[in-house]
Amino acid sequence: MVDVWGWFADPLEFEFMQRALLAVVLVGVVSAVVGAFVVVRGMAFIGDALAHSSFAGVAIAFTLGTSIYLGALVAAVLTALGIGFISRRGRLRFDTTIGVLFVGAFALGIAIVSRQENYTIDLFSFVFGQVLGVSWGDLAVMAVMGLVVIALVAVFYKELLFTAYDPIVAAAAGIPTRLMEYGLLILLAVSTVVALQAVGIVLVIAMLVTPSATASLLVRRLHHIIFVGVALSLVSSVIGLYVSYHAGIASGAAIVLVATALFTVALFLAPRRGLLSRWLLDRSRRLERASP
Amino acid sequence: MTNSTNAVSVHDLWAGYDGDPALEALTFDLPAGTLVGLAGPNGSGKTTLLKTLLGLLQPWRGQIELFGQPIKSARRKLGYAPQSELVDWDFPATVGDVVMMGRYGRIGLLRRPAAADRDAVRDALAQVALNGLADRQIGELSGGQQRRMLIARALAQEAELLLLDEPLVGLDATSQHDLLTLFETLRDKGKTLLVATHDLSCVAACFDLTLLLNRKLVAFGVPGEIFTPELLNEAYDEHLLLLPTEGGVYVGHHGHG
Repeated sequence: MVDVWGWFADPLEFEFMQRALLAVVLVGVVSAVVGAFVVVRGMAFIGDALAHSSFAGVAIAFTLGTSIYLGALVAAVLTALGIGFISRRGRLRFDTTIGVLFVGAFALGIAIVSRQENYTIDLFSFVFGQVLGVSWGDLAVMAVMGLVVIALVAVFYKELLFTAYDPIVAAAAGIPTRLMEYGLLILLAVSTVVALQAVGIVLVIAMLVTPSATASLLVRRLHHIIFVGVALSLVSSVIGLYVSYHAGIASGAAIVLVATALFTVALFLAPRRGLLSRWLLDRSRRLERASP
Repeated sequence: MTNSTNAVSVHDLWAGYDGDPALEALTFDLPAGTLVGLAGPNGSGKTTLLKTLLGLLQPWRGQIELFGQPIKSARRKLGYAPQSELVDWDFPATVGDVVMMGRYGRIGLLRRPAAADRDAVRDALAQVALNGLADRQIGELSGGQQRRMLIARALAQEAELLLLDEPLVGLDATSQHDLLTLFETLRDKGKTLLVATHDLSCVAACFDLTLLLNRKLVAFGVPGEIFTPELLNEAYDEHLLLLPTEGGVYVGHHGHG
């Protein structure tokens, strides 16, 4: 017999694991709430760009000796505003401009970090994530930012939904669509910062996209995608954290791999939208046509 | 005083994009309770006119009044159904979700839909004969059902003036007929409909009035009277095949291009 209870309970004797568990739960919920919008609006690349750009803020804040979260937040929000601006009046293709800018900002971060003498562990934990290093102070900052994001999505849900589905008609109906578009970009920026330390810059995008993508294979209304996405995200985060503890795998990678595994299962087995049920449907239609 | 029985009153309207005019010196009045066709070739400014009336595009000059009021105060009376091909039919939403969006402007910020809003949605769906499809995924609708859902959203908003962008395009004859019957029913209930289309035979058969547009207003009046070879050639830059018939003109297209 495998000691299931012990598998879950024993690690929690360590305070760092308690903090880590709270952190991944927080990140899981916040990422999935915003991630539903990312998936239906095709904003995955923007999310990736915001996470990478925030590294410049992390590096500058570290150099100045101020809060790293503050630096990351300022950088991500400025990038979000910039992206909102060029999406309205840019001359180059939208994704080209974003591609140029975010890699530039990321390179700036690396350049600054490379001049530091005592950087190593501290800063690169933001690139690859180090949820076991989260302090109570970090948790408090993450919780405040996360709760603000969730509250704003709840309060402006119908305006965000209308703008996401049909911005032109929404604007004609008097919905403040420009505010909603910029607002969603800023919420996305804040949630990448919340997820930053737990999963790391390069994996943040998976937290935003993967559980919501899995949910969109299973249910077909935006608020259902949010709820199912949150559940899948929580399962991935908690199981991933334990796998990481027991198997000695990097935590961000373990969480993302569990989420990816769930996505793969849904991709094949989801009722109606899964590959298997589509194949069965095609086959039954072909047989119907073939029979007299 | 302006005539308040006009749903739309436009005077010397100019609008365009990036310095290129798309609408030049339009002046016309649409009486309330009429079914109006907005005809003209591609690029003639049909969508631009609709967007300007919706207040989404600022005119360069000229005045627009809707029901005797400036656009901003008349916004709630204004319903819009965009071209179906510009709508994301893969979006995770049901028919009821989308029609409820028509209520959002009225519900206002920080408030949730109430029973009255759900009643309005049910009523709007009944008016366009989509009763019972509220829980259907929007991606599972037929072409004709899609157009009717977009109109139901405008009706849920309690719009008095419906601006419909190419609702007839790409439909089979039966669905087109159903949609035209719906337009007439709504007109008979007192709604004003401005319907952009390039199907002139539909306009000639069913519409009370036609705006014939080619950046400028080529003609405005009863379709039978303004569909003369001279005016149609002016609107369509002689790309139409016009055959004189008993008591009218047969309109064909010189292929596609």
